[in-house]
Amino acid sequence: MGIAKIARRTFLVGAAAVAGGVAFGYYYVSRDYPNPLEKDIASGETTFNPFLKIATDNTITIIAPRAEMGQGVQTSLAALLAEELDVDPSKVKVEHGPGSFAYYNSAMLEDGGPFPSFDEGFLAETMRSAAYPLSKVLGLQVTGGSSSIRDGYEKMRMAGCAARHMLLAAAAANLGVHAESLETGNGEIRDPASGKSITYGELAGEALKHAPPSDMKLRGKADWKFLGKPVARVDIPAKVTGTAQFGIDVDLPEMLYATVRMSPRFGSRVATVSSDAALAVPGVIKVVPVETNQGSGFGVIASNTWAAFKGAEALDIVWGEANYPLDSKAMFDELAGKLNSEPSFSLRNDGNAETEFADAPRDEVIEAEYQAPWLAHACMEPMNATAQWKDGVLDIWAPNQAPTIIQMTAAPLVGVEAGDVRVHTTFLGGGFGRRAEADFPLYAVQIAKETEGRPVKVTWTREEDMRHDTYRPAAMAKMRARIVKGEGPSAVDIKVASPSILKSVMKRTFPSISPMGPDKTVTEGAHDQPYSIDNYRVTGHVSDLPIPVGFWRSVGNSYNGFFHEGFMDEVASAAGVDPLEMRLKLMADYPAATGVLKRVAEMSGWGYELPKGRGMGIAHTLSFGSWVAQVVQVRDTADGIRIEKVWCAIDIGTAIDPAIIKAQMMSGIIFGLSSAMGQEITFANGEVEQANFPDYDAMRMNQCPAIEVEVLESWHKMGGAGEPGTPPSIPALANAIHAATGKRLRTLPFSREVSFA
Amino acid sequence: MQLTINGKSIDVGDDPQMPLLWALRDIAGLKGTKFGCGVAACGACTVHVNGEPVRSCQTLVGDVSGEVTTIEGIGTLESLHRVQQAWIDEQVPQCGYCQSGQIMSAVALLAEKPNPTDTEIDEAMSGNLCRCGTYPRIRAAIRRAATVEGA
Repeated sequence: MGIAKIARRTFLVGAAAVAGGVAFGYYYVSRDYPNPLEKDIASGETTFNPFLKIATDNTITIIAPRAEMGQGVQTSLAALLAEELDVDPSKVKVEHGPGSFAYYNSAMLEDGGPFPSFDEGFLAETMRSAAYPLSKVLGLQVTGGSSSIRDGYEKMRMAGCAARHMLLAAAAANLGVHAESLETGNGEIRDPASGKSITYGELAGEALKHAPPSDMKLRGKADWKFLGKPVARVDIPAKVTGTAQFGIDVDLPEMLYATVRMSPRFGSRVATVSSDAALAVPGVIKVVPVETNQGSGFGVIASNTWAAFKGAEALDIVWGEANYPLDSKAMFDELAGKLNSEPSFSLRNDGNAETEFADAPRDEVIEAEYQAPWLAHACMEPMNATAQWKDGVLDIWAPNQAPTIIQMTAAPLVGVEAGDVRVHTTFLGGGFGRRAEADFPLYAVQIAKETEGRPVKVTWTREEDMRHDTYRPAAMAKMRARIVKGEGPSAVDIKVASPSILKSVMKRTFPSISPMGPDKTVTEGAHDQPYSIDNYRVTGHVSDLPIPVGFWRSVGNSYNGFFHEGFMDEVASAAGVDPLEMRLKLMADYPAATGVLKRVAEMSGWGYELPKGRGMGIAHTLSFGSWVAQVVQVRDTADGIRIEKVWCAIDIGTAIDPAIIKAQMMSGIIFGLSSAMGQEITFANGEVEQANFPDYDAMRMNQCPAIEVEVLESWHKMGGAGEPGTPPSIPALANAIHAATGKRLRTLPFSREVSFA
Repeated sequence: MQLTINGKSIDVGDDPQMPLLWALRDIAGLKGTKFGCGVAACGACTVHVNGEPVRSCQTLVGDVSGEVTTIEGIGTLESLHRVQQAWIDEQVPQCGYCQSGQIMSAVALLAEKPNPTDTEIDEAMSGNLCRCGTYPRIRAAIRRAATVEGA
């Protein structure tokens, strides 16, 4: 086993470098942020902590401070608190709450380090525990990294438990009995001796005078009433009646409408512009420049969105030239060049791959090149934000994943303190990482400076959205393995070339801070997998291509999962062994991995003869702390490849809501298969060529396979759910197509070589 | 101009060239109908005109002759349509942004074919894109709603 050898010399975490020289005095780490609910508390309402309000009429409001973008986070975060407060989660109100540093995410940075999630050695654990105070100091309220439930698991339950104890103490004083003799349930406290009961609402004001005990005990799993089982999602009734408020639905008195037209060449600015035709469009009020670190262009302000769209289209603009390779081919040539140069870093180097290949007979070595394109997020709700700059107060309404980053980046645009920027988070019509960016709210702020205090809702066209994304980076890989016939690999060497997401994000968001250390996203999904191979090396080759890249559901795992698991299938073929058996052997040190592999094999009937023209592929990727194995079955038809069925087993350690986890797996699988089947962003003349769904589509219902998911809970740590379903779906599809047709697919999307029925 | 929307006569502005989508959202204030693509490729903006599903982003206000029904006219929280109830029972939505359009397409399908086959469901629904991948539960909800009607 060579896990301990990983990354000895790469001590600096990419994410930690975000702090860029912040000194961590004890004071900063230990201080608690003030409760942001206290500022706007209504009369008759009491707030116990940043996560809970109780009104005298016993309305219980739980703040779920993570973006609800479909992953069910409001329901599960509320359920965690409700469990300990002893109320039915379906009987509470759930709100996003204000943007605030008090809602920092401590779990996201924990896994930001270079260590695989199964590495529990001294160094890895030290780094993880250092991430906690770091998160707190930064106060990053971010939804990402499949971290929300891991972050909220203790916090939300403690918040509920503390409040319940305070309410019990108030009831005991009120009734003149010991708190231990009282019972809670359904939002009230009962005294079994007298038969009296008092609601939480009646006690809330009084309860604040009592401190929670220092030795609060959280309920054990065996005693859970609401956790560990499906809870009806709190957001669904509004979402089936058209009453859920997304960012695009924000409506304010005196509100104006706007859209943007930004330079289609990244980093370039306008050369010449004529706005006469735009201003002649009925309803168009004003054309204003928009200049931020994120992009350069114009905002068109109008009396309705349609007029703004038509005005933007009518702008006659000549854009500056692009300062980077102009087309996809030139960009991939740049990546290929990186693959042939010295590595930027290596986060896995077990044994001695170099020696093992140097003396290998030629017929024992297989080599392959893999490639993945840029991808757009294509959230169903196009980017939008509403801003109002009036009387020295900045309000921003946005469907966003990172309220405190919006606060920090918007504040300097109007000259206020970050903490004074009021960010109102709506529902998100999809996020997938795109809405962790700050461009759409910053553009709205720039435009709101030109509306004399009136709020302005800035809605992007689909074309603007698709051509100004923060793309999943393109990547190329060179893979080689030395094969032992009848067994498997004695050596695996993987080189991955890709632009650094972290560098790109920092450059546009916090340009004064330069990230240091390796960006693990370049090789995640390859360097951190639970395989024990004697000689096993993964190197990252970072390209400086300046196309904006960002976090796309499962991040580096989305392409490295494909490279690694597609190639492992080739290794198994070359060794003449079953790809499942080979994986079980190579991952034998990790029962969570072999557990999901065995389970998915049972579910799918792996190993049984299939009718001609059908094939099954298997893959496993450990990402965001969850172990996920999938089998895809395809049929080769006259109309192309038909994806018939997908089986998925996830070991998430502890399942808070198995129905939501299953839905996330299905969602992640369809997201991954959509990308594999046909998605790619390409470039010509420095501009993105795709503009709308006809050029960049996703799986539709007529192509959607049947999907079966099982949730296992053997691993001793909790994993994430939002992203880990995506990575294995792509190689499992490639491997299934190989099994059915003999065709080996190494370049995404697969539509370049096969068609799909 | 006035249109009959969800049984009421409503002002939709004075530009006959404006797509119905924007008249509904920005002028009539009915925001349940969503903007997804503007080119009739995703189905998020689906409404009914005389009971027929249409893409409101590509339907000009001046071309509408007949009654418009939007998601707000299908059912409310207090009085759900059986398709909306089936959507809740199957816990269909994730982000929820496409679901108004999905439900409008499903209601129209079931009005025409009370007991659709799987192929008919696929055909009627494949114009409605969902990026969260809720398709398996949409299928189940349509079957459930069909059963309720048959019962």
